[in-house]
Amino acid sequence: MTTSFYEQGPARPITESIRVDKISPRARWLGKFRALLVIVFALIGLIPIFVMGMTAFKTRAEVVSVPPKVIFSPTLEGFVFLFTERAVASPARIEQLRAEARVGELNLFERIALASGQEITGPSDYVRRLVNSLIIAGISTVFSVVLGLFAAYAFSRFEVKGKNDLLFFILSTRMLPAVVVTIPLFLMYRQLALHDTHLGMILLYTVFNLSLSVWLLKGFIDEIPREYEDAALVDGYTRMQAFFKIVLPQAMTGIAATTVFCLIFAWNEYAFALMLTSDKARTAPPSIATMLGRGGIEWSAIAAGSLGFLIPVVIVAFALRNYLLRGVTFGAIRQ
Amino acid sequence: MTTLPVRSPIGTSSGAKQRRELSDRAIVNLFIWPTLILLIAWNVFPLFYSLYLAFTDYSAIANRPPTWVGFGNFADILTDRQAWKYFATTGRYALVTVGMQLILGFGLALLVREKFRGSGVITTLILVPMMISPVVVGLFWKLMYNPTFGYFNYLLGFSDPRFGPDMLAGRFAGQPVPNLALWAVALVDIWMWSPFVMLLALSGLKAIPDYLYEAAAIDRASSWFQFWRITLPQVAPLLLIAVLFRTIEAFKAFDLVMGMTGGGPGDQTELIAVNLYRQAFQGQWRTGRASALAYIILIIIIAVSNLYIRYLNRMRGENA
Repeated sequence: MTTSFYEQGPARPITESIRVDKISPRARWLGKFRALLVIVFALIGLIPIFVMGMTAFKTRAEVVSVPPKVIFSPTLEGFVFLFTERAVASPARIEQLRAEARVGELNLFERIALASGQEITGPSDYVRRLVNSLIIAGISTVFSVVLGLFAAYAFSRFEVKGKNDLLFFILSTRMLPAVVVTIPLFLMYRQLALHDTHLGMILLYTVFNLSLSVWLLKGFIDEIPREYEDAALVDGYTRMQAFFKIVLPQAMTGIAATTVFCLIFAWNEYAFALMLTSDKARTAPPSIATMLGRGGIEWSAIAAGSLGFLIPVVIVAFALRNYLLRGVTFGAIRQ
Repeated sequence: MTTLPVRSPIGTSSGAKQRRELSDRAIVNLFIWPTLILLIAWNVFPLFYSLYLAFTDYSAIANRPPTWVGFGNFADILTDRQAWKYFATTGRYALVTVGMQLILGFGLALLVREKFRGSGVITTLILVPMMISPVVVGLFWKLMYNPTFGYFNYLLGFSDPRFGPDMLAGRFAGQPVPNLALWAVALVDIWMWSPFVMLLALSGLKAIPDYLYEAAAIDRASSWFQFWRITLPQVAPLLLIAVLFRTIEAFKAFDLVMGMTGGGPGDQTELIAVNLYRQAFQGQWRTGRASALAYIILIIIIAVSNLYIRYLNRMRGENA
């Protein structure tokens, strides 16, 4: 067991003046209380995520049990439903399965078929949709961060004619409700043969994220002192070299935070994906929502799908958490 | 920091170098135009096209060309009592969600401001709700709110569905409660986006220079005084940006509400963006009128944003 220095005191008598005890007992107690409060808040906030996790491992009957169960024996039924297409099994087939069950020669799929009355007919689209999401969200995030970084640098460091108006224009592209933009976009995409293509969706999400990316990154670059670059320029660096060697490393925090935001938006976008894709380039969010359609709500399959869909973003966010928590300031604070 | 190799600007073959270097103007153009071209290409056509449609009676499924109706659509919407009601609902929704997000987000940021063991991981866990797709969030809260097999009522202690609230149907023990469904949706919005406000507020808190607090401590200022005179004014610009973004989103709130209530029961949760969707698609297909409504929303958002941004610039001016 580790014992706290504060509770035990120093191991050896203190012979010289050291200032270890600057934290008052009251402040220490308050600090612990604060940490506890934060943990409680975090846990309350995570309840719906726990529910999602639990639902993914429940059977159909358990999802709708009254009262809702917290303790249950987990099954993979939801995941099997998620990854497969099914058809209602004929009564004859059910009889056959029952007979086999009495002999005791059922594999996992047959047991599920017997329990749910649905026979597996083939793999579902889920994996393809997830791959589409990865391609579209990944590439568009890179595009919007890179383009946004260049534009933000130019806006931050140079005199640009009508700068404030341009910046407001960039922000205003986010203000129109997506529902209205989709009709003209739909017509435009049909003309340009971009409907239901990866390229079309990548470009759309890039544009969709650019406004946020420019605004966020400009804030970060504003906070990097100009003197660093000026010194580099005096030393004979070109503007481009100064940008790549001085500004870029300094802006890493901002780039990482912006990446997370762009990824979250592109990964989760629903309205455009629903209306501008049909099959080839369809991403996961619309397909998770349409799992509702087939014969009642397959809650466990939806939960399993949502969980699988949430994990990549959470991994990225955790990997970049130090950057994310360090500062998303929009340049609002200058020292 | 890497050390910079020192190159003398004098004495090198400056003529050849000059040609390889880009002038500042060229850099500005090179850096800004790709972004602007993309934004213009993807926004200007839809913007102008829907502006044109706003003055017509076009319907996306009717097989006839749009006919010009002038300001008919705008006049129709502005004299429509229902439309005003939806705007009022949206305003209430925005006020409650943004207000609560501000309080909760800022409060959480103050709590996680000083590090404790595992604070990085826990803070990131708090951020998880905003990483979920709004559609999925809507679906799951629908499951949570379900009066018979949902967890929400049980967590509140209503174990019998007959006497507990049915949040999304706007009833409590069978009796309709006005606006309950709207507050149920607002709660989800608050749950999802308070972390966003926390993140921005946290960045602001971390950027406050320590010397301000040290100076205040030397002057024996109370912690209350420090909060009102140092913390709040220093974080205010970022809080304002958070509020700006959330207000814009509240006027566009669509996926979440659609997934949970579809505007019902009755029109209790019919936010303006939901109504817009209904007019544009579901059964009505009044593309022209929907476009006009979208422009009215856009004008409101631009007006509100301009107010915020003007205030923000003034605040920046004072702080600088």
